[in-house]
Parts: sequence; structure tokens; C-alpha cells
Amino acid sequence: MDQKISTRARLTALESQSVFILREAFSQLENIAMLWSLGKDSNVMVWLARKAFFGHIPFPLVHVDTGKKFPEMYEFRDRYSDEWGAKLITGTCPPVEEMDQDLPPAARSAARKTAGLNNLIAEHGFQGVIAGIRRDEEGTRAKERVFSPRGEGNAWDVRNQPPEFWDQFRTKVAEGTHLRIHPLLHWSEIDIWRYIGQEKIPVVDLYFSKNGKRYRSLGDQDITHPVESDARTVEEIIAELNETDTAERSGRLMDHEREDAFEALRSRGYM
Amino acid sequence: MPVSANKSEAKPILRIAMVGHVDHGKSTLVGRLLNDVGALPAGKVDAVAEMCKRRGMKFEWAFVTDALQAEKDQGITIDASHINFSSDRRDYILIDAPGHREFIKNMISGSSDCDGAVVVIDAEEGVCEQSRRHALLLHLLGVTQIVVAVSKMDIVSYDENIFRQIEKDFTECLERFEMEAIRIIPAAGLEGENVKSTTGKLPWYDGPSLFDALEEIEGAIPLNAGPLRISIQDVYRFDERRVIAGRVDSGEISVGDQVMFSPSNHVGVVNSIESWPINSSKSVAKAGEPVGFTLKEQVFVERGEVVSHNDNMPSETNVFHAKVFWLGKTPLRSGALYTLRHKTSECSVEVEAIESVIDVAEMDEVEFKHVPSDCVGEIILRTDKLLALDSGSRIVIADEYNIVAGGLVSTEGYPDQRDALTRKATNITAVEHAVSRRSRAERNGHAGGVLWMTGLSGSGKSTLSVELERQLFALGYQVVVLDGDNLRHGLNANLGFSPEDRSENIRRAGEVAALFAESGFIVVTAFISPYREDRSRARDAAKENFHEVFVSADLEVCEGRDPKGLYQKARAGEISEFTGVSAPYEIPEKYEFEVDTGALTVSESVDALVRYIKVNFPLRSN
Repeated sequence: MDQKISTRARLTALESQSVFILREAFSQLENIAMLWSLGKDSNVMVWLARKAFFGHIPFPLVHVDTGKKFPEMYEFRDRYSDEWGAKLITGTCPPVEEMDQDLPPAARSAARKTAGLNNLIAEHGFQGVIAGIRRDEEGTRAKERVFSPRGEGNAWDVRNQPPEFWDQFRTKVAEGTHLRIHPLLHWSEIDIWRYIGQEKIPVVDLYFSKNGKRYRSLGDQDITHPVESDARTVEEIIAELNETDTAERSGRLMDHEREDAFEALRSRGYM
Repeated sequence: MPVSANKSEAKPILRIAMVGHVDHGKSTLVGRLLNDVGALPAGKVDAVAEMCKRRGMKFEWAFVTDALQAEKDQGITIDASHINFSSDRRDYILIDAPGHREFIKNMISGSSDCDGAVVVIDAEEGVCEQSRRHALLLHLLGVTQIVVAVSKMDIVSYDENIFRQIEKDFTECLERFEMEAIRIIPAAGLEGENVKSTTGKLPWYDGPSLFDALEEIEGAIPLNAGPLRISIQDVYRFDERRVIAGRVDSGEISVGDQVMFSPSNHVGVVNSIESWPINSSKSVAKAGEPVGFTLKEQVFVERGEVVSHNDNMPSETNVFHAKVFWLGKTPLRSGALYTLRHKTSECSVEVEAIESVIDVAEMDEVEFKHVPSDCVGEIILRTDKLLALDSGSRIVIADEYNIVAGGLVSTEGYPDQRDALTRKATNITAVEHAVSRRSRAERNGHAGGVLWMTGLSGSGKSTLSVELERQLFALGYQVVVLDGDNLRHGLNANLGFSPEDRSENIRRAGEVAALFAESGFIVVTAFISPYREDRSRARDAAKENFHEVFVSADLEVCEGRDPKGLYQKARAGEISEFTGVSAPYEIPEKYEFEVDTGALTVSESVDALVRYIKVNFPLRSN
């Protein structure tokens, strides 16, 4: 098969599935929001929403602000929420001292974001929160459902997940609980970049190489490190990803402190 | 890792489910496969080998697979894991589905959208219950491309006879479910025999390796050639446009097409196909695409309706057979109420009957009053509204929050209710009668009405009706019998015995009966009238003058009588769709009177009916 046709066909299939999921969420749930971390995946997700709803974003974009993001990210947020005509909700996070002291330091820092999100969910009474996680990012995310129930206290019960098949999802929500909706679950990191290239979706400049380094994944300034890279364009990033053995989240300290740290974060409501 | 020539371009994705009984060697095969195709990160195997040495354990390929997925708990796969590797021509996602019976829901969630599946069977243990269960579930899920890997061939010294026996056993099992394996492959994960390539230990085998067999599985092909089906997800009014949104499940839709919405039976003409970023030249959408379109004239449509063209429409029914896998914690019983979902439509559903349960242990269909957890049953469902279904449509059943069953629909034996509901002529105004019903009743000495007898062939409807007509006439009643066979010589001469024609037969009989009753007659009908919906329509036609009489002799009794020799012919297969034998008889839910001709003689039955008429249609002397 012609390679260009093959790329387009693969991205079209991924896009179609995501659009179907977004429309199901919007149709079946009362009060939903989309998490916009300002990273590459969530920008793709906002783009897909505009495709699904013919240029509109019919729910608020939520940015849970740790106050420790890079300045480039805040600039990006303000520019594009305006340009895309999105309703933006920002939430703040409690100080790190209030977090579970049993968690290792970086995970404790990441837990602030979870606490900030949980507060927002409670405040706005969201039935559904759309999050841009992918199966290929990390072992526990690989086991996720597309419509994933969060119990009271926003807990994720990984051992007892509802069945999900034939694009029939669990779309009913009990009082005091909510659903996480994952429209990008079936995408891979390289698919995201190929789609960004194809659709010309804007992303924060930090993803591109400066002085031999770039960010592959964007978190808080103090717990995210850049990786060695000379990739200055989307095409160069795709070429680089084709060669690398290194994991995408290798620059995220919280994933590497303790074997079960990430799972512990997720079962408490982290994305 | 084998890589493609042009690295920056993507390959197609192929999703493969790895299924089979726990401990039959799935993880070992997967670990070995990843190693042999060069998909493991550098140093992974050495690290696992080192760990085994340190702990004094024998090296196992399964540990490599587990380490990749950080499967630490219990040493078994509790949820489907996703493992990636690539060949020259495509990217594979192996979904390692759990083999334990209690994790069937996870196996189903992992396998449902796969292009193919590998069923792993232990050479030493052979085909077991769980292998058969997984095969049956794959069949119901619609995963048709099956590769069978007979694993651990090293344990049985690569014995050809053992392999051939398993090959025969499992081929028979698949045939039962109308399936056929693409390949059945002997392999040994531990020794790496015939996983990616052979090391010469299987001189009697000249087929492909497991990897080569995976390469034979074909990717999904969009159903562009099929009839148009779009399930409507939503109707958007974000701006001046009113956009009907859904996904094209099959076929194509183009600007200018006349489309039919089912079950509302509304029609419209496609005005535009919408897109973002705006592409005004877009005029067609194909299978697999999410679509948004507008209509030339506004028609009220909503989520759940199915869009088709005017030819090749889905059928409309609220009662149908389904073959379902049941995931509920408690058994599925008849009479239970749930929520049914078909594509994007949702309604209440009652489990009307459980016909059989497929016993995968004995490979038999057994009569059962309930469907136990994780088993497959054939059931009849009745919904509270019409659904637009095709044979083979997929439905799921939800209980409160969660999905508890999935299955395939068969509408065989049930009529398409679309025609019966569609009034083809419009501009009709009913004429007021100048003679009232009351005046007619006074002249006749009694009110008019319909005595609608329903029951199996041979239950005695015709015999009773003829005798009842004679006695009522003698008593002074204006009475007439409408008999099924008689009507079929005239008014209904153009109708056969398909479910649709039977339905139409009864619809006409019901309307004629209502006209006679309106004109003051006691109408006695003698139709099997097996469908509840049809009888209910006849009742609607005659309104309050309708009396349903259940002639309730059971099948055994009727078949024993067989006055016209029809049962014999039906059993011999000479008559198809014969009620009670090869077509359903829906026992009345509500009826005004019951005559059990199995227990009563003809004259006792007629006496009972005469008494019933005397009470409900009392004679007044003029």
C-alpha cells in the first residue's frame, strides 16, 4: 500500500473512533468538561472535539493549574482558549504540605493536581470528565476503559471494571460518582505527532529542540526534565520517535520513584 | 525489529486477541514471539534471566511478557493487556486476554474489536471447556479469523498423533459455532519451535509458523458495499444548522439521497454533508466515517433512529430471538426486566422466554429455566418500543449501570411490523354512520362483537367455531364465522405463510371482523394468530367489542390430533415456519376466556362458549 495513503487511513480510523466517543459522552452525560493540560495530547483532543461538533466546543475546557507550569504554557492557554472560542475553567491546587506524606516527593507534587481536579469536580458537579490518556503511555493506563467509572472519593477500581464492547459504554452515573472518558486511549505517541502534523494543530514550543534538548512530556517545571534531542519540527520528532527505545514519560520523575507510585496516584483519581 | 522502508509513514494496525485456558501457555508464546521478531527492548531477556537465577527459578518467557506489562498480582492476567510489535507491513497490538472463567467480561472487553484471535491449546491437556467457551464467545463477538496454536508440543515430544487429535476435536467444536480456523499450528514457546520459524522438530508439518499465520489475518474492510445504515447519535443546533450526527456503519450517504429514518418511518432528502474544518465540496460519507448531515426539509428525528435508503431498510419489530452471553452475577431468568441497547437506541426489555442454554462442557443445547453467569443462551426478548433491526444486529443488555449481556439478533419467525403500521393512503376522512350501533343492537336483539379464538393448529378452533355458530344461530343470534382457511381462498388469496404475510392475513381478518361486529354481528374467528402484536391490533380495530378466547390445548395434544396431517409434514421439514414446530406461538398474556380442549370434550367446550356469549351478549326479546 502507498505509505502516505496508509498513514492517512490509520489516522482517519483513530479520529473516527475518537469522534464517536466524544459524541457519545456529550449525548449521554449531563454536565461534562474536558481536561486541557495544554500538552500535545489534550490539544489533539480539543481539535477532535471541534471536528465532532462542527467547529464548536460544547463543554468547558478545564485547566487544573498547579501554578508551576512553564510560562510558555500559560501564554499558549490564553491565546488559544480565546482563538478557539472555548469556555475556560481554571482550578487551583492545594499546597504540597497537605498531600499524603507517604507518597514519594515528586508523586506528592503530582498529587496536588489530583486534589485540585477533585475539588473542581465537586464544585461543578461534573458527571463526566474527558481526559487525554493513552494505553501506550504506561502499564496501568493500558488497562483503562473508554468510559471509566470513578467511585466516591474519585477512586478507580481497577480490579472490577465494567465490561465494554461493540462501542457500548457505561454511560450511567450514580450520585456522588463520575465517569472519566478517554477518547485517545487507542492512540500512540507517534500517532499523536503524525496527526498534529497532518492537521497542523498548534502545540507549545517546549516540545521542539533548543540547545540539544526538548520536552517530550510536559508536567510541572520542578518535576519534569527535558530529553536529549535535536528534533526541531514535527517531522523530526516523528523520525526521532521511530528510532527511540526510551519511554515517553521518562522525563516525569513521579513515574520512577517507586514501582507502585503511579498506580497509587491513579487509584486516587490521577488521570 | 523488522522495519519498513519509509520510517516516517505509518502502517496499518492489526488487533489480535490471545485467548485460551489459563496455563495453556499464552504468555510464553507471546514472550517468545516478541523475542523472535526482535520486539523486546535490549537487555530485557538478560535481566529476566538474571532475576530467575537470583531467585533460583527456571527461566520462563512468560516472565518477560509479565515484566513488560508490570503484571505483579497473582501471576495471572486480570485485565486484557496490550502488547505492541511490528512486522514489515503492519503494527500489531496483541491483546492478552485473561483465561480465567471469572474474568470473561475482561476477555470480551479486550477481544470485541479485534481483527483476529489466537486460541492457545495445551498439547498435553487438549481442548478443554474454556477453549470451547472462548471459541463460542469469539463467534458471538464477530471475530471470525481464528488461528489455533497448539502449544507445548515439546512436552509431548512433538507427537503428530496428539496434534492431529486436537486439530480434529477443535475443528469439530468450531464447526458447531459455524466457524473455521484459518490455520491450526503446532508450536513450542519454550523451545521457540514454529513461533517465528522452525528448528526442524516438526518434520511432519509443512504449514506456516505462528508469526506467518498472523500475517495471513486480514485487516478490517469498511462495509461500503452494504446497505446504508447510520445510527443517529445526536441532533446538533449549535448555530443556524440543524445537523444530524452519527456514524456510517455500512454503505454510503450522498447529498441528494432520499433517506428513511426507522422506526419513526420519517423520510427526508440530504441537503448537505457537514464537516470541520469546513469543506463545502464534501458530498459523500462512507462506512466507518462519523457523519453530520442536514435535510432539505425539517423532519423530527432523534437519537436512536437508524438511517437507511428507501430500498433495503432494516425490519421493525419489538420481539425477536437473541443469542446472548450473560455476564450478570445472578442467572438470567424469563420475566426479568432490563434496559436494551441496539446501536444508539435504548428501551426497556422483558426476557420473554429462555429457549436453550449452550452447555460448553457437554457441547450440547440444554433446556434450562435460566442462563447461568458466563454462559450463552438463546432467548426471546420483547421491547417496549419498536427497534430497527437487521438479522445479526448486535444488542447489549444493561442492568442499572453496567452492561450485563451482549448478543446477536435473529428476527426469523417474527414479522416486519413496518408494513402493518404504515398507512399508505393519506387524505382519508371517516364517514359518520347514520344508523347507530345501539339501533342495530335493538333490531338484532343483542350487541355486536368479536369472539377471537387463538390457539395452535389442531387445538379445535374450527370445530368449535362451526358448532358455536350453529347453536348461536338457533338461539336467535346474528352470527358469522371467519375461518382462516376460508379467508385465504378469497380476500387473502395473495398471502403466503411468511411472518409478514401471516401478519397481514390477521390484520385483514381483524379489520373484517371489526366491520361485521360494527354492523351488529357476533363474529367468531378461528385463526392460529400466533403473534401477540397482531392480536393486539385486531383488538384495537374492534375496540371494546373484542373478546379474546384462548383455545389452550398444548402442543402434544394438538400434534396427537393432527387433523390435517400438517404436524407430520412440518416435522418432516416439508412445511417451513409451522407454528409450534418451526415458528413461534406467543401465548396470550391477557384474554377474556379460556377453553382447554385438551381437558374438555367438544360439546363441553361449546357449552362453555355459549354460556359466555349469553352472559356477555345477552339476548333481548324484541
